[in-house]
Amino acid sequence: MLQTEQLEYAYPAEEGKTPRLALGGVDLNIEKGSFVVVLGHNGSGKSTLAKHFNAVLLPTGGKVWVEGMDTADEALLLEIRRRVGMVFQNPDNQIVANVVEEDVAFAPENLGVPPEEIRRRVDEALAVVGMEKFVRHAPHLLSGGQKQRVAIAGVIAMEPECIVLDEATAMLDPMGREEVLSTAHRLNREKGITVILITHHMNEAEEADRVIVMNDGQVAMDGSPQEVFCQVEKLRALGLTVPDTVELLYELRQSGWDVPLDALTVEACADAVAAAMK
Amino acid sequence: MLKDITLGQYFPGDTLAHRLDPRTKLILVVLYIVALFCAKYFWTYALVALVLAVCVRISRVRLKALVRGLKPVLIIITFTAVLNLFYTKGEEPLWQWHFLSIYPEGILAAVFMVLRITLLIMGTFLLTYTTSPIHLTDGMESLMNPLKKIHVPVHELAMMMSIALRFIPTLIEETDKIMSAQKARGADFESGNLLQRAKAMIPLLVPLFISAFRRADELAVAMECRCYHGGEGRTKLHVLHYAARDYAAMVLGLAFAAGIFVLGRMGL
Repeated sequence: MLQTEQLEYAYPAEEGKTPRLALGGVDLNIEKGSFVVVLGHNGSGKSTLAKHFNAVLLPTGGKVWVEGMDTADEALLLEIRRRVGMVFQNPDNQIVANVVEEDVAFAPENLGVPPEEIRRRVDEALAVVGMEKFVRHAPHLLSGGQKQRVAIAGVIAMEPECIVLDEATAMLDPMGREEVLSTAHRLNREKGITVILITHHMNEAEEADRVIVMNDGQVAMDGSPQEVFCQVEKLRALGLTVPDTVELLYELRQSGWDVPLDALTVEACADAVAAAMK
Repeated sequence: MLKDITLGQYFPGDTLAHRLDPRTKLILVVLYIVALFCAKYFWTYALVALVLAVCVRISRVRLKALVRGLKPVLIIITFTAVLNLFYTKGEEPLWQWHFLSIYPEGILAAVFMVLRITLLIMGTFLLTYTTSPIHLTDGMESLMNPLKKIHVPVHELAMMMSIALRFIPTLIEETDKIMSAQKARGADFESGNLLQRAKAMIPLLVPLFISAFRRADELAVAMECRCYHGGEGRTKLHVLHYAARDYAAMVLGLAFAAGIFVLGRMGL
């Protein structure tokens, strides 16, 4: 679905300074239908990486392919952006219209979809994110989580194959975050949409198929959540915390208990501790 | 406090006046203004007022709301009335004091001027009261479409207008937040003379502008990510359709304007 090859990116430097590489040679291959979480602390290059997936940024070195299409090819721009939708951090700054349905219709309108088909897509997209009751609402009266779900619906209306959530949960309260996460998981499961979730909340990675940890513009770790989170020391060295469950198990192990490290969910962790205590 | 600001006040409803196509309503308002300026004397003014009253009745907009719309222009109305009163000269003055004099013609001119402005404002307010801002922008975009031939960026103008409308509540909310934040640090927005108050606005406006620019930047990227590439090849979710009632309303409007024109010519 998405491939990067020796992807490098340097933000335009101020005069007299040497440009700093935000991305320094990233090789990735993201499979169709997978749920990938990209983790990293501020300035690790995770958002810069995300913006390369639908040609918001173009690589200064290396290549990015979306289903075999080179993102540097300007003739393919619309086709690439239709396939890879992006949801940003601040819900207020990505809602265009002052009625929910008009906003969801924005992308298909741009793509020149006929009106009846737009109607169908808008209703379907709003139903998928569970916002069908708010068709005629004004977006500024919705909660953060609801706004973000409208933004996701606005992307789904393009019928994309992949959705990139660029820190889309960062500004939300725990409830809103849960709403957005469960929506993303549902899209992945039910519609087979590839989801790339950029975040710095470790807990959001629990149910992912694959976790990529970015550090200093490079891929530092890459694997299943279990594989990645077991390496507690390495994660700490990168300035990241581990999920609470792993933290607990790690501390227990340090003090001599025989518990596995890879129980990520609260239930699995509780079972592991209970088993060890018998 | 800032929440009270309403721009493009729209009273939702489901009357004939609400259901008319926005383009029809825009055309009707233009016809209404033409008629108003063709009106010459009591009869024609009375007719225009009667038509407005009928429209208000149909739209079920409360008269109080319409009158409230007049408040901000009260000064202008008084000013023009006074000017007309003293500056219109006739033959025999009714009253004279030094260089000031009032003629019967002046009184008439003042009365008509007040009537004209009042009716003008009430008529246009009726439009914004019964048409949502989005429909209004849609209507304007569609009506101005022919101007595209002479390279007027019609779609871009309409898009800017609807985005501006969309961000008014967001920016008002933000202003409120910044105000509270600055007040918490001891800023004083309420006391002092006009100049001091204006100066106190600086720590409010600077962060507001910076954030507005940042929002604009992010919105532009988000729009591009949703395949926005200008008005070319764009379709609409809601396509405007003229219905039978629109044609009927336009015929009536035309007849009304023509009638007032003829009556005005006859000096009524």
